[in-house]
Order: sequence, then structure tokens, then C-alpha cells
Amino acid sequence: MTSEPELREVVVRALTEVAPDIDPDAIEPDTELAEQLDIDSMDFLNVIVAIHEQTGIEIPERDYPKLSTLSDAVAYLARAQTQRAGA
Amino acid sequence: MSEFLMPSLGADMESGTLLEWYVKPGDAVKRGDIVALVDTSKAEIEIEIFEDGVIDELLVGEGERVPVGTALATVSAPWAEPVAATPAAVAAQQPPPVSAAKPTAATVPPRAPVSRAAPPPPATGEHHGRRASPVARRAAAQLGVELASVVGTGPEGAITKADVERAATASASSAASTAKPSPAAVPPAAAPPAAAAPDRRAAMREAIGALMARSKREIPHYYLQLEIELGRALEWLREANLARSVDERLLPSVLLLSAVARAAGEMPEMNGFWVNGAFQPGDGVQLGVAISLRGGGLIAPALHDADRKCLDEIMHSVRDLVQRARAGRLRGSEMADPTITVTNLGERGVDLVHGVIYPPQVALVGFGAVRERPWAADGMLGVRPTVTASLAADHRASDGHAGGRFLTLIDRHLQKPEAL
Repeated sequence: MTSEPELREVVVRALTEVAPDIDPDAIEPDTELAEQLDIDSMDFLNVIVAIHEQTGIEIPERDYPKLSTLSDAVAYLARAQTQRAGA
Repeated sequence: MSEFLMPSLGADMESGTLLEWYVKPGDAVKRGDIVALVDTSKAEIEIEIFEDGVIDELLVGEGERVPVGTALATVSAPWAEPVAATPAAVAAQQPPPVSAAKPTAATVPPRAPVSRAAPPPPATGEHHGRRASPVARRAAAQLGVELASVVGTGPEGAITKADVERAATASASSAASTAKPSPAAVPPAAAPPAAAAPDRRAAMREAIGALMARSKREIPHYYLQLEIELGRALEWLREANLARSVDERLLPSVLLLSAVARAAGEMPEMNGFWVNGAFQPGDGVQLGVAISLRGGGLIAPALHDADRKCLDEIMHSVRDLVQRARAGRLRGSEMADPTITVTNLGERGVDLVHGVIYPPQVALVGFGAVRERPWAADGMLGVRPTVTASLAADHRASDGHAGGRFLTLIDRHLQKPEAL
């Protein structure tokens, strides 16, 4: 089980891989990532793939909108993890 | 003996700076090997050699800026036997030879490949800069291995393909994650050198400006647009993605690229170049994909033979292109020869693109945002996802009639997503 700060770390690292110029500390947790960081759907897909590689969590396409901000993404991953553990 | 020239990496390139040689005199090279890194002012591009042979002499030093067409190196005829990196790889697995072989004089091509496999490996842990054979570099790129982290066991501490593969295996087995390793998917992001950034940005603006000014000055553009209904295509895509794991999923833009590529293959007058007052059809569909770079600027590398690739291949290639373009590592063959270009600005929320053609190409296809819009069909008004496709085409090479057929063809392909 990965803790929320660790999940946040995973997401931030995935984001900085597609957008190396961003300052990880400057990401606003509740602002849309796509707009805030100027990432497109190809970048976003690479973020999803990186999260999957790091955590093993497979995010279905229909859930992509639930990861639109950093806070939402961390909350989503924490939930997904709990559900997997419970299943 | 032949000369290896500074290639033209796009119509806007007049000169290039040789940043780094990946080969040295005496090295055997095969067609397609990456031999040097060149800065075109728009990007750092890895350039390939287009013949088999042995590097004879390097004529241009690292850091030198030379015009397109300048001889960079001389290459002598290949050996009778294909050599690749095998001797070095074999040597790497054997205990270090007791005595060093005589070094080969730079100007005299070695008679046999074996003569260069002999120098002993350096002390453990030491490696000279990031010297690596082109084969090793390619393997590193494919396996997602950082060359800086690999210990070289080849001649003069050079990193061989075997070293890279060993490093990849080591890091894969040490990764404790339960996720299945997929090393090729996300290579470590190589950030472009930060110090060069403002320079590069200014140079890139200048290069884009010069090319676009030439386009607007010389090419009599005409513009057409067509709204395309994507209900069936997106439904098909959604279904297809349900069965796919994360790293195999397709994006809608891949359907658009594939449809354009197929239409371009069927309408040669849209796919090629206007040179010396005449149209020259392209050799296959080399689909330019406009990729915006972080911090401004754009680059349009080619997706080779895109009309013959399946959606999975296009998706894989585009993801790879986007990632390498944004990390500043493209290859020469990807830069030189797009026969038609696609620009997709839908992600930025715009509805319609009035494109500017990349000379000497004769057409550019633009896509706006895919959105739900009112759509009338069979006497009923409904809501469907649609996209506006636009065409900017060169009136010297084609007329509006042909352009219209071209857009209609793209539409037709998008109505049969299963055949893309």
C-alpha cells in the first residue's frame, strides 16, 4: 500500500517526465493540470502509463476526467488502491 | 571512398553545428547507423549514415558550424563481411587480452574488423565520457537505459550493445515493482541543455519565421474546410480501448492521422513537393506531424510510410516522436522529407485551423477540436461529436476541386474506423 504523499510523488514525477521544465513545487493542487502545465492528450497518456508502471494501477479510459487535478489524481489513486486491496 | 555530407534537415535549414561524433576513424558503419548529433538551431538531431562502410577521416570537428552539403567525413568501402558490433561484444565477454593490439593509424582503414576488437578494457568502473557505438546508443534508446549509467567494456572503455543489454537486465530485475516492466514505453526524459534554451528559442523563431514568410510569399494558398462527424469513429475507438492495456490505448488523433495518410496515398497531387516550377510526387506518404514544443516553437518530423501502417504502429510512432521531439532528440531521417503535414490544434480548444504550408510541400491538413455539436442527419437534428478538417493547398499543384475530393476522402476513411 502506497501512502498518499508517495502517490503524490509518483504523479509529480510522471508529470515532470513529460514536462521537464515545470517546477514540481509550483503545481497548484486544485487547478486543471492540462491547462496549468500545458500538457496535451499524448502527454497525459504518458503520465497514465508512468503511473501504471510505478503503482500497477490500471486506470480505465472513462476515468481519465477524474484525474484532472493533482489533488483529484492522488485521491483517485488512493481509492483505486484500497479497492484493489479489498477485492 | 565517398563523402558523408551535412544533411538538409528540413527546408528551413541552411547550416548545422556538429555537436558530437558517435564514431571515430576506423569504425565500421552500416546504413541507418546514427553517427553524429547535429544542432540545426531548431533542435538537436541525430543523423544517420546512408551507406555501409568504414569511417576514414572526420573532416569537421565537434562544435563547428558548417553549411548544408559540407563534407563531414570520408567513408571508405565496406568490408566484404558485415561486421556490426559483434567483435566488440564478443571481446567484452572474454577475459581481457594480455597484450594490447597495435593501434590502427587513423588514415589507413583496417584490413580486418578483428584488428579493432583487441585493445584491453579499462580499469573497472572507468569509462571515457559517453563513448558508445551507434548500435549501443540505439539499444540504449530502445531499452530506456541511460548511457551515463553504463560501464563500458569495449575498446577504450566504449559502451557496447552487450553492456547496454546487461545494464537493462540489471535494472529490470532490481525493480521491485509488481508492474510488468515495459522499458521501451517511457525512456528517461532527457532535458535539453538549459543554458542553450533562450538562444535556441530565438533561433527557432527565426527559422520558423523565415520558412513561413517564404511559404506566404511563394505559395498561392487556397483553403477549404469540412465538418466531419466522428460518432462512429469515437465509438469504435472507445470499444477498442476497453480491451487494451494502458500503454496500448489509441488516441483519437491517431485516427485522424491515419485517415489523412490513406487519403494522401490515394491522391498523389496532395502528397509531394513543388520544386523548380513543377510538382514532384512524393515517394510514399511521409506524414509530417506538427508537434508543439514546450516553451514555444514547433517541429514537424515525419511518420514514414504512414499510409501503410496500422493504427497501433502509428500510435506507437507518434508517441515516440512526440516524446523525443519534446526532449530534443529526433533523427535526421525524420526531419528531412515529410510529403504532407498535419497540424492538430484541437487540444488548444480552437475550432478551425487556416494552415500555412511547409515549403516545398503542397498541402497541409488542420484539425480543430473534437466537440459535441448540433448535427442534422436524415431530417433530424441531433448532437454528435464532430471535428472541422481544413486543407491549405498550393494552387500551383492542385485546384479546389481536387482539394474538395481530398477532404471528402478523409471523411470517408473516418467513417470506416475498423479499416484504418
